[in-house]
Amino acid sequence: MAGAAKISVKVIDVVEVNELVKRFKFERTDGGLMPTFSGGAHTVVEMNDQGTRRLNPYSLMSSPTDRSAYTISVRRDDEGRGGSLYLHNHVKPGMEMTISNPVNLFSLDLRARKHIFFAGGIGITPFLSQIKQLSAANNGHFELHYAVRTASLGSYADELLEHFPNNVDVYHDDKDQQIPLDKLLEGQPLGTHIYVCGPKGMINWILSGARKAGWPEQALHYEEFLAPEPGKAFDVELAVTGKTIHVKEQQSLLEAIEAAGVDAPYLCRGGACGMCETQVIRSEGDFIHNDHWLTDEEHASGEKIMPCVSRFDGKSLVLDR
Amino acid sequence: MPKTKFEPSIISRPVYGELKPKNGKSHLLIADVEGAQAILDLAKKAPTGFFNQAHIIYIPRHTGETYLAKLQKLNAKQHYVGPSFGAAQQRIQRVLSDAHNGLQIYLAGSEGLIGQAMREAIGLGFPHQAIQTEHRGSKARRMQCVHCKGVTEDVSTDPFECSHCGLSLFVRDHYSRRLAAFQGVCVDAEDPGNVPDKMEIT
Repeated sequence: MAGAAKISVKVIDVVEVNELVKRFKFERTDGGLMPTFSGGAHTVVEMNDQGTRRLNPYSLMSSPTDRSAYTISVRRDDEGRGGSLYLHNHVKPGMEMTISNPVNLFSLDLRARKHIFFAGGIGITPFLSQIKQLSAANNGHFELHYAVRTASLGSYADELLEHFPNNVDVYHDDKDQQIPLDKLLEGQPLGTHIYVCGPKGMINWILSGARKAGWPEQALHYEEFLAPEPGKAFDVELAVTGKTIHVKEQQSLLEAIEAAGVDAPYLCRGGACGMCETQVIRSEGDFIHNDHWLTDEEHASGEKIMPCVSRFDGKSLVLDR
Repeated sequence: MPKTKFEPSIISRPVYGELKPKNGKSHLLIADVEGAQAILDLAKKAPTGFFNQAHIIYIPRHTGETYLAKLQKLNAKQHYVGPSFGAAQQRIQRVLSDAHNGLQIYLAGSEGLIGQAMREAIGLGFPHQAIQTEHRGSKARRMQCVHCKGVTEDVSTDPFECSHCGLSLFVRDHYSRRLAAFQGVCVDAEDPGNVPDKMEIT
């Protein structure tokens, strides 16, 4: 089977954090310990939404030293394809579910002399486990700059401020407070690393500011899970398995490949990890690349596609799968 | 003396590039011996004002006064000339620990100088990939004896005798960034006394 190893879990707690965010706690059904993980890791939650199989990645926010349970926080996306709505509306304590072993595409570089975290909205979740990791090991010098829409939507802002008053700054959009990026980028000790998780605009703003200020590329870390964007339906020929599949408007190419019974590799399902990279054998039409993995040259070459988030619009597409 | 060419080797063996001015708030240039020429070549490509924010640390060793006047003419904001890496080490450590992100680091000259200066920067969490390097001059290496752990500087033959324990050591391309040294392994362990003829390292 593709993907990371699976864990059978029971939902033991569902808590409403605010009007948009719910927190879910999972324990193993066999009573054992969860696999260990490092701050910034995510798990892929499997959902059976009235016959549609959904697999969505969510950052683990609990302490990496606590192996009794995993905790995630999910922001409801009323406009999304339905994964977060399913979790918000259907998942109740006592339910049994399947999640994946943890995978970390956003780990701390522990060689850093200092870590600066930039979070936007629900992008706070990976930093919660990273901060717990740093404070448990007592080896982390960190700052968190957390932008939220309003105080009531600032998930976990109050507890962070209470526990780490000297490390955490929260900025409220509704009060026109902005992260003072230029000031923050100046005067940071050599060897400081930056981590960003939030909306695309925020990630680009912070990364380009740091690059302009001469920060080393390898000291810049970011994570953005992309939800597969819906689009025009299209047909694909799978050369290895000899199948022709139809990708529906609301379905991702990867989901359509899986629905046809083909076991295709995947890990993050959000365009970040590179695991599902697939060779294009022939194509006539335009690729709609949405991933963070392939380079601009690879996107332009028409030789590769990341089926978890990217689509195709044209006459014919033949994949090496 | 031009930029040194090396034969392709195992992945562990460091590869060196060519110094180019990078966008940054300040610039630290550390060189020894013929590495001075790499700084002089970089200066030809540098934008105006580059050296107003630059600190040059230079260790001439056998090149004596060859490059001193030319380097001085670059009018760097800070300019230091010293007799050895060991003598300059505390200055380098102080400069790096006081520095801020936005500093660009350029290293040129011998492998020993490049490796040791890089070790100081990466020890502070600065990514090694972000450090520019250019090799100039002798291909002599800084070698660690894997047996006694002693480091022998400026090794120019293969095999060579460890300056600490005296074993005859084979010069490997296996490099440690943490130690800033290549690994030297006993060449006659299985057949004591059967030591191959020394060859110049090329």
